[in-house]
Amino acid sequence: MRDTAPTTTLHIVYLARLREAFGTTQERLALAGGAAPTTVADIVALLRQRGGAYATELGAGRAVRVAVNHTMVTQDAVVRPGDELALFPPVTGG
Amino acid sequence: MAVRVQTADFDVGREIALLRGGDKRVGAVASFIGTVRDVNDDATVSTLTLEHYPGMTEKALEAIVAEAKSRFDIYDALVIHRVGTLVPTDQIVLVVVTGAHRETAFDACRFLMDYLKTRAPFWKKEETPQGVRWVEARASDDEAAARW
Repeated sequence: MRDTAPTTTLHIVYLARLREAFGTTQERLALAGGAAPTTVADIVALLRQRGGAYATELGAGRAVRVAVNHTMVTQDAVVRPGDELALFPPVTGG
Repeated sequence: MAVRVQTADFDVGREIALLRGGDKRVGAVASFIGTVRDVNDDATVSTLTLEHYPGMTEKALEAIVAEAKSRFDIYDALVIHRVGTLVPTDQIVLVVVTGAHRETAFDACRFLMDYLKTRAPFWKKEETPQGVRWVEARASDDEAAARW
């Protein structure tokens, strides 16, 4: 029998210093479904496990802001399939 | 009410005239213009490059302007923010507020800038003799926004 467990696909966008550090502007991230609700903190932890620049930039003590579908959220926000999740440093406009 | 994110420069006189639009109720026009400095954190800045998050930035600016209109008794507000590479003396941002009286116009203008600095997705990268660096967010900006 084929494994038909649903997957959650997210669109991840990196901006400013994070875009440069990771060398990419965006990616599709597929997560195994069926588990407990996935939060922003879960996604950030998953990316951090890649090591290298991800571990450095998303590590403890580094201020990272997150927006889901163009709205700023906190780390406990739940993400859903198809969401656009953007990671970026604190803003410095004006 | 309008917000614009653009690479092109803006003409302050023209923008103010358009916002006033011959509205005879207006007794006060407050404006703020942010410009590129040639020194930041003790380094000489030769260029300043501004990045934004298309879609979210416009939405965030619209939310900030809507918040200003709900909090202050003003008639209209305009925010223009430039992106791309700028040099010292260039204009970066324009905020204009119209109202009946100066207190609310001044307050709304200051509120808009304080909120924009901490809530609108823009990032600055500056070029100095020591190299290119991303500008770090300042705690003083968070404190300024927290006053409101």
